[in-house]
Amino acid sequence: MTHISQDDVQYLARLSNLELTDAETVNMQADLENIISYVEQLSQIDTTGVEPTYQVTDLKNIWREDKVDNYGVDRDDLLKLSPVVESNQIKVPKVL
Amino acid sequence: MKRISDYSTLSAVEAVRQSIARAKAMSEYNALISLCEDRALDRAAKVDAGEVTGRLAGIPFVAKDNFLTIDSQTTAASDFLRGFSSPIQATAVERLEAEGAICIGKANLDAFAHGGSTENSAFGPTRNAVDMTRVAGGSSGGSAVVVALDIVPFALGTDTGGSIRQPASFNGVVGVKPTYGAVSRFGVVAMASSTDTIGVLSSTVSDAELVMDILCGPDERDMTTIDDFFEPTVEPLRSMKIGLIKESMTDEVDSDVVRCTNDYVNELRAAGHIVEEVSLPLLKQALAIYYIVVSAEVSSNLGRYDGIRYGNRADGQSLAEIYGRSRDNGFMPENKRRIMIGSYVLSSGFFDAYYLHAQKVRTLLIESFDSLFEDYDLLIGPVTPTAAFKLNENTADPVKMYLADIMTVPASLAGLPAISVPAGESADGLPIGVQLIGPQKSDAMLLGIAKQLEETI
Repeated sequence: MTHISQDDVQYLARLSNLELTDAETVNMQADLENIISYVEQLSQIDTTGVEPTYQVTDLKNIWREDKVDNYGVDRDDLLKLSPVVESNQIKVPKVL
Repeated sequence: MKRISDYSTLSAVEAVRQSIARAKAMSEYNALISLCEDRALDRAAKVDAGEVTGRLAGIPFVAKDNFLTIDSQTTAASDFLRGFSSPIQATAVERLEAEGAICIGKANLDAFAHGGSTENSAFGPTRNAVDMTRVAGGSSGGSAVVVALDIVPFALGTDTGGSIRQPASFNGVVGVKPTYGAVSRFGVVAMASSTDTIGVLSSTVSDAELVMDILCGPDERDMTTIDDFFEPTVEPLRSMKIGLIKESMTDEVDSDVVRCTNDYVNELRAAGHIVEEVSLPLLKQALAIYYIVVSAEVSSNLGRYDGIRYGNRADGQSLAEIYGRSRDNGFMPENKRRIMIGSYVLSSGFFDAYYLHAQKVRTLLIESFDSLFEDYDLLIGPVTPTAAFKLNENTADPVKMYLADIMTVPASLAGLPAISVPAGESADGLPIGVQLIGPQKSDAMLLGIAKQLEETI
């Protein structure tokens, strides 16, 4: 059984950009332990000399012309999707 | 259940009105998140005026709410996208509209398609069409239920690890998960890019065949699409050699499911096909591969939901606070679990042991499918180990919930076409489906066989 600590959960939450509540952290710890322990069974399978599969239909890089396609959507349509817009720009808190 | 041809006597406006009226009358099943009433009636009037024609002229359908549609919200059943209105439409929806079909509503799902019961929806669970105390299955639960309840003759779904086939089985409808890359995913909320597929749920195999014929084919907006190989079968099929996967017929599988699968096998034999027992030794391990690979891809694909450019933004003093809180509020617990598992298996120190190793075992799984397809035209087995389970029965135990996917994930990991067709019912009267799996691009052949048997079951 893989052990996952509260600290591990907090670390993973940071990597995942998730701000979990205390109650969520407790539940998550148990769930992650159970799930990781379940998938551990794969470690018994010998994969020496086996190549990994990332793509199943053998497609390779497909090139197209470097031309902009706006999919019939203009800038205003996209700006409308943002929760906070000011002077045609998406507003966020000060970064620097 | 109604077939597409049953709509031939109705005008498009009448068909849409009936469909929407039935959707409203059946609202307690919670199969739909929203209705597209105005746009649907507008398009129906255009069909009736002869401005839009095609093979699906005036036929109402429902799209799972992870397909972007214009003039209606697309939520992916999440709080994150609650109220989100897309300026673009999914290619699959465009292709159906170009043939005159009319989208009347958006179906409920597990948020971001993470789940196998449609209980992980921010809009509440969908109820099973046959027994309201049971789950609809998922993640395309709403799509299966609207077909089973006769609201529409077909619905669009997505299948990443069984999300079309399992709810189809639980509600007694046909579900088609095509070959990876057969149907464009442009405009569909991404879950796991190496296994996501788009398919159809319908009342009959012939209707599924017609819709797949329209959906399949390359799209320059989705570079993973492959050539249009789909040719509906017209000639009677030759005698096929079919492998019954023995690892899917063990004592751990519900006896009703085994009985229905055997009944279907007997029908296949009666129709002149040869069925033999075969072994797929990695069947059980496929689930572990799936939850490593898919969680990794989920954590990456869901990185885009930051509350900045679209979606619902939480308050915060800094960008980090906005990201963290928007994501905490917008995702369901199952979304968070998968993102965290993904972060775990991709993090330094664990990458080789989990992610890379799983992708290697995936190669072994694909090789074992390949060697079976050297001797057999297709494979058969159950869709799920049990019929639809009770609402809340599995929600406290994620691993138990995942086990419902054990028979559907292998085809997904190998990019194979697989269909779920009704094969009978349990002692309690719950629908049970059977799964046919073929080599890549054999989609039409699988449907051809199911069509041949449809009348006899």
